[in-house]
Amino acid sequence: MAKVLMKGNEAIGEAAIRAGCKNYFAYPITPQSEVAEYLSKRLPEEGGVFLQGESEVAVGYMIFGAAGAGERVMTTSSSPGISLMSEALSYIAAAQCPAVFVNIMRGGPGLGGILPSQGDYFQATKGGGHGDYHLLVLAPDGVQEAVEMTMQAFTLAEKYRNPVMIMGDGLIGQMMEPVEFPDGLKTEPTNKDDWATNGMAHRNSKKRNLVKSLFLDPTALNDNNLALKAKYAQMKKEEVQYELVNADTDYQVLITSYGTMSRVCRTAIDMLKEEGIEVAMLRPKTLFPFPEKAVFDASGKESCQAVISIEMSMGQMVEDVERCVKGRRPVEFYGECGGDIPSPEKIIEIIKALL
Amino acid sequence: MAKAFSRPKALSTTHTHYCPGCTHGIVHRLVAEAIDDLGIQEKTVGIAPVGCAVLAYNYFDCDFQEAAHGRAPAMATGIKRVRPDLMVFTYQGDGDLASIGMGEIIHAANRGEKFTTIFINNAIYGMTGGQMAPTTMPGQRATTAPLGGTRPRPACPSAWPTCWANWSPRICHPPGRAQTPAGQQGQKKPLSRRFNIKWKTGASVLWKWFPPVPPTGA
Ligand SMILES: Cc1ncc(C[n+]2csc(CCOP(=O)(O)OP(=O)(O)O)c2C)c(N)n1
Ligand code: SF4
Ligand SMILES: [Mg+2]
Repeated sequence: MAKVLMKGNEAIGEAAIRAGCKNYFAYPITPQSEVAEYLSKRLPEEGGVFLQGESEVAVGYMIFGAAGAGERVMTTSSSPGISLMSEALSYIAAAQCPAVFVNIMRGGPGLGGILPSQGDYFQATKGGGHGDYHLLVLAPDGVQEAVEMTMQAFTLAEKYRNPVMIMGDGLIGQMMEPVEFPDGLKTEPTNKDDWATNGMAHRNSKKRNLVKSLFLDPTALNDNNLALKAKYAQMKKEEVQYELVNADTDYQVLITSYGTMSRVCRTAIDMLKEEGIEVAMLRPKTLFPFPEKAVFDASGKESCQAVISIEMSMGQMVEDVERCVKGRRPVEFYGECGGDIPSPEKIIEIIKALL
Repeated sequence: MAKAFSRPKALSTTHTHYCPGCTHGIVHRLVAEAIDDLGIQEKTVGIAPVGCAVLAYNYFDCDFQEAAHGRAPAMATGIKRVRPDLMVFTYQGDGDLASIGMGEIIHAANRGEKFTTIFINNAIYGMTGGQMAPTTMPGQRATTAPLGGTRPRPACPSAWPTCWANWSPRICHPPGRAQTPAGQQGQKKPLSRRFNIKWKTGASVLWKWFPPVPPTGA
């Protein structure tokens, strides 16, 4: 298929349709409202469901209801809206339903700003809602990868019966890039008859299904949480995705960076190479499961003097990086968090200061 | 000999956890009878609230989802929109529907969502042990209103469904009382009629008024 020039937000909406998702519920918020605008036109053309809910709180539960009924469903929002959806995310994870949530991050805390940010790393990877649960978190670095990850997200959500979150940011949502929609990424929905409330008549069964998260019996709650834990362990084994940049050199510094920020680091790495300074980057594409072993291994290269996590935040992913480097190299951090994206020159200056 | 009385098919044989004298059981039965009358058990999805009826799914024999506190109307919206062929109902208390979930029910009614809500008003937070609800009557004692409801505004439990009706072109069903046989009989027919109408057309809130539980109760 030929490439088309599309805005990130619209491409994410189109990717959901191409992945076979016909149901979308959302509430407007900058910088992602174009997804809803796009799908309000496209979904009716496809015979799908578009609904603008009264709040992100309600939308979270519309997603829960639709997912519990066994249908592919997606919502998109930005940071403050994701906070409101976090209650539903906890319930959906506990009740083991597949759903896709997209966070086009903006600056926070509070109302923050509307420019790009990576300030929701903790919220996405460590919880956000209450209780012992994890989302499977994908972090694209551009519009094409946002498309591919959105399409894969439905497959992963169904494989694990777990919510999947795409972590974009205001830049990825707003910028235009040429994209294609790979047919190969569309999968058939899994059979949900074992658990979904899709109606006994629909699945031709006399046994009713329950979608719930209350386990008053401590043994039952323990068992449910252990079942979740087993899924997270499987994700860690099977779903870790990352990219290594310039790692076949004798690099002196290892950068860890993801999403929009990693693109700037990539440019800085090229510029430093011209000056004869080798720097590598490990770019996590899954934030949960985190590429733990890859970070450990890459930081252990003999030539590597330091690791630095570069983020559009006050320092969030760096905590995971520190955990994985296990003290064998110093772990530094650089970040900006007001909405300005650090320039390659700034990154170069920071790296040189480490040498 | 013809059987004059039996357990509705849509009701399970599980013993309920409700307090002795609680009328939840009666309302469950009325709902189950309506489901049987319409022959829709295998197309029905119920949504349990957070409140005394959180375990309602143990007593009905149909697909069920369990909501977070107050969010049942949003979940019902999600289910019904993506599977319009299903019959969807929520079953909610006054704290659930008239306090924390007030926004969800008003907006669902305003959009004309095609599901049915059974509103169980006992004028108190029963499950958590008898705290004040927005429906608590003036003078009524609650664990968080030990001197009796003293709020300046006259709390008026019977007003909510009327208010909701004004938000929506769809009609609310007049209140019913579950504690007398006459009240129960009076409910049954409209219940199945309402389920039927709502399944096909628009939103409705059905509601039952319980007498407040004894303050020392739950
Ligand atoms: C978000 C949240 N807040 C508070 C609670 C605690 N809680 C459980 S039931 C309940 C009140 C339910 O009252 P009502 O809806 O009137 O139902 P009843 O128990 O009276 O039938 C509360 C506050 C909760 N489970 N979740
Ligand atoms: S507290 Fe009230 S509503 Fe709850 S089970 Fe007891 S009598 Fe029934
Ligand atoms: Mg109550």
